Amino acid sequence: MSTTPADLQHGGHGADGHDEHNAYHQHHFATMEQQFDTSKLGMWLFLVTEVLTFGGLFAGFGILQGRYPQEFIEAHEHLQRLYGATNTVVLLVSSFTMVMAVLAARTNQKKKLLVYLALTILCACIFMCIKYVEYSHKYHEGLLPFQWYSHEGDGIPGSHGYQAFFSFYFMMTGLHGIHVLTGIGFLSWLMVRASRDEFSSTYYTPVDLVGLFWHLVDLVWIYLFPLYYLIS
Amino acid sequence: MEHTLTSAHTGEHPRPEKNYLNETTGIWSWMSTLDHKRIGVMYLVGILTAFMIGGTFALLVRLALLNPQHTLFGKVWVTAEMYNRFFTLHGVVMVFLFIIPSIPGSLTNVILPLMLGAKDVAFPRLNLMSFYLWVVGAIMGVTSMIVGAVDTGWTFYTPYSTSTDGTVSLMVMAAFVLGFSSILTGLNFIATVHKLRAPGMGWFDMPLFVWGMYSTAVIQILATPVLAITLVLLAIERSFGIGIFDARLGGDPVLFQHFFWFYSHPAVYIMILPGMAIISELIPTFCRKTMFGYRAIAYSSVSLALVSFIVWGHHMFVAGQSQLANVVFSALTFLVAIPSGVKVFNWLSTMYKGNISFETPMVYALSFLFLFAIGGLTGIFFATLSVDIHLTDTYFVVAHFHYVMMGSTVIAFFGGLHYWWPKITGRMYNEFWGRLGAVLVFIGFNMTFGSQFIMGSQGMPRRYFNYLDQFQPIHAFSTYGSWVLGVAFLITAINLLASLKTGALAPPNPWGGTTMEWMTDSPPIMHNFHDQPVLEREPYDYRPKRVTHV
Amino acid sequence: MSTHAHDPKKETRIYVATLVTLLILTLITVGASYIQFGSSTANVVIALTIATIKAIVVALFFMHLLYDKPVNALAAVAGFLFLGILLLFTLLDIGSRDGLEPQNLRAPDPAAAAAPAAAPKE
Repeated sequence: MSTTPADLQHGGHGADGHDEHNAYHQHHFATMEQQFDTSKLGMWLFLVTEVLTFGGLFAGFGILQGRYPQEFIEAHEHLQRLYGATNTVVLLVSSFTMVMAVLAARTNQKKKLLVYLALTILCACIFMCIKYVEYSHKYHEGLLPFQWYSHEGDGIPGSHGYQAFFSFYFMMTGLHGIHVLTGIGFLSWLMVRASRDEFSSTYYTPVDLVGLFWHLVDLVWIYLFPLYYLIS
Repeated sequence: MEHTLTSAHTGEHPRPEKNYLNETTGIWSWMSTLDHKRIGVMYLVGILTAFMIGGTFALLVRLALLNPQHTLFGKVWVTAEMYNRFFTLHGVVMVFLFIIPSIPGSLTNVILPLMLGAKDVAFPRLNLMSFYLWVVGAIMGVTSMIVGAVDTGWTFYTPYSTSTDGTVSLMVMAAFVLGFSSILTGLNFIATVHKLRAPGMGWFDMPLFVWGMYSTAVIQILATPVLAITLVLLAIERSFGIGIFDARLGGDPVLFQHFFWFYSHPAVYIMILPGMAIISELIPTFCRKTMFGYRAIAYSSVSLALVSFIVWGHHMFVAGQSQLANVVFSALTFLVAIPSGVKVFNWLSTMYKGNISFETPMVYALSFLFLFAIGGLTGIFFATLSVDIHLTDTYFVVAHFHYVMMGSTVIAFFGGLHYWWPKITGRMYNEFWGRLGAVLVFIGFNMTFGSQFIMGSQGMPRRYFNYLDQFQPIHAFSTYGSWVLGVAFLITAINLLASLKTGALAPPNPWGGTTMEWMTDSPPIMHNFHDQPVLEREPYDYRPKRVTHV
Repeated sequence: MSTHAHDPKKETRIYVATLVTLLILTLITVGASYIQFGSSTANVVIALTIATIKAIVVALFFMHLLYDKPVNALAAVAGFLFLGILLLFTLLDIGSRDGLEPQNLRAPDPAAAAAPAAAPKE
């Protein structure tokens, strides 16, 4: 089911009266505006659970850092700041293109919407490529998590600081990477729907919600970057 | 019984042929339903099954402790390993499969949108997904029971849980999946309460049940993710030895307890707040009286939810937590008494000079008041550091939390189940057998767990398979109590099931309730209301009727 | 729907400014990591402070919290607040384990053992 181009033309300011015609209006909401606000609140509540999930890992990382301060500083020398910083910039730019995509959806600019979504996906892919290069470096050096840690030559004998650092590094960046991949999936889905003219100023909820999700992915990285790459 | 609603929606429509139960037929129409009432009914079937499984294990635990030789008819029938599995399975099934999803998943799913005058919950698809996640979690949990054996207790404490054999990882993943189910339920209720209230219904026009469930949902959202990540870390620790909880690798076993109780203490309020929420409906309805201190009860629900997050350390007073943390958590724990006390006094004040009638739900409500008072007050013992050190890990703890979890929540659940049974099924149950079940539950419960207070104060440690001969009479008494409980629940189950066949057809408002769920048919039609209900009077407003009635 | 200033041009300008701010803050945080601020704790605190500022900027402008319904902001704040509670109380315990050991676990004080005359005063 999709709205006709004619519907898209007179979109205007969103929910103001002629909602009954919208194909995406669910029966238990009185207005499209109510539906949009509810979805958005639901998304925010989901983001709260995300914050607390990552938060548990941050807490664990912080406590182990307190236990092995010296080793964590030494271990982080194995991470290249350049990669981390580049990825930070890439994600920030992708957040910008994402918010522009939401703006385009809200103002009925289909072409712009598609372009910005594509740019966001591009940034996400660049991020994952850099992450891949980093991971493969670690793999070759034996800087692996858990019992696979096999790097020779540093660390205090009998201490697990290095292993703990890389366990957390892979768990947290890994979970973050899974979120990026999920985001790419959602963004592609948005592009398909956008190309079918399913979004308009009266209905762009999915774009807005994926946008929020994408900004959270950015937000987590904003904390991961200094904690892993910049401790000194 | 007269109807106190003046709404134009009540009684005008003849009982319609079609309602949500028979609107569509076939198993698939249920499995793919997005209707909150049907999802609630499916949840109800699921959690009652879980209650039966968990209850069976409870009976086995009590049977194993009948005498110190563990014999039955002169033969040894149970080993220590089997006993460890019994109480673990009892705990895991009751906590994760029954009590946490019980009231939110089943009764609330059906009633909350009706109370708000909404057509459905905010996100019907997520609601269905929550149910299926529960099913997946239940299957994983049951599989881990059949395949191996989990003997860690429901708390999965490290280092035992990271070193014991058995299918702990699978059980932990089951709890993880169930956590997501719980999160989705909570998310749905918060959004529903915020956005789908009937026209004219402000926050302080909502029934107190909704306030209680809203507070519950806040905890579900804020606490459950931490449990999820903790369980993942535990599974990783088990599989790969990351060294975060394992002291041999430089980790900290107490850290696991911090993370675990950051969820699991608030989870206690995920369990008890819905119980309190139900009681807040039963008491005004069966006393025919306006709720005393409506706002105080509403605020106390929310403040209980918030306070629950800053007291978790009282589970760890003897776990090697620092003394400073002990003192801080002890002091903060006393705060819990304030909102709990506010609620109890308001319920009692509501009953004072009320027109009390003793239908089955009210019998349960009175049991609740009695048992919750005991459960709550014995909680103070554990907040007090010095007393706690004496009583930790004794049967006193077991008795205390059963008075709160079972004596309060489960009894409130059954009170609510009887209260809304006519609304959910459209049938009235037999009042005599209902009351008899309620009274027997009360007697059996006090026999089973009241005796455990005595054993605990005398030093009987919890979770132990063997015990001194001196405890034998009390242990046996407690076991007899568990049989009374078993019979009571059997009577209740038969009574409710029989009502589906033989019960009288239920009127829209059998109890004279004032909240919106009574403004539609019993059972409701697919879209809940014939016309969008509008709030005309505040909840629990019995005043005009009482004047004309007496 | 949401209460934006319904002027796409103005909004675009806000977003560009937000991006530039975030990039500048990234530069600052990278730069700050090369400077020693006394202790390593100080460096971590500074890095986290800048990260938090960036996070707030993202939340307010990219995630529209500044213009949005207050309830969404409330949800976001609650998330971080309760994460703070988790960290605060866990660290309270872990940070105070050494300082407040029970007396009876402490190694016997040789000075007190050498002077038994002091003991009866207890």
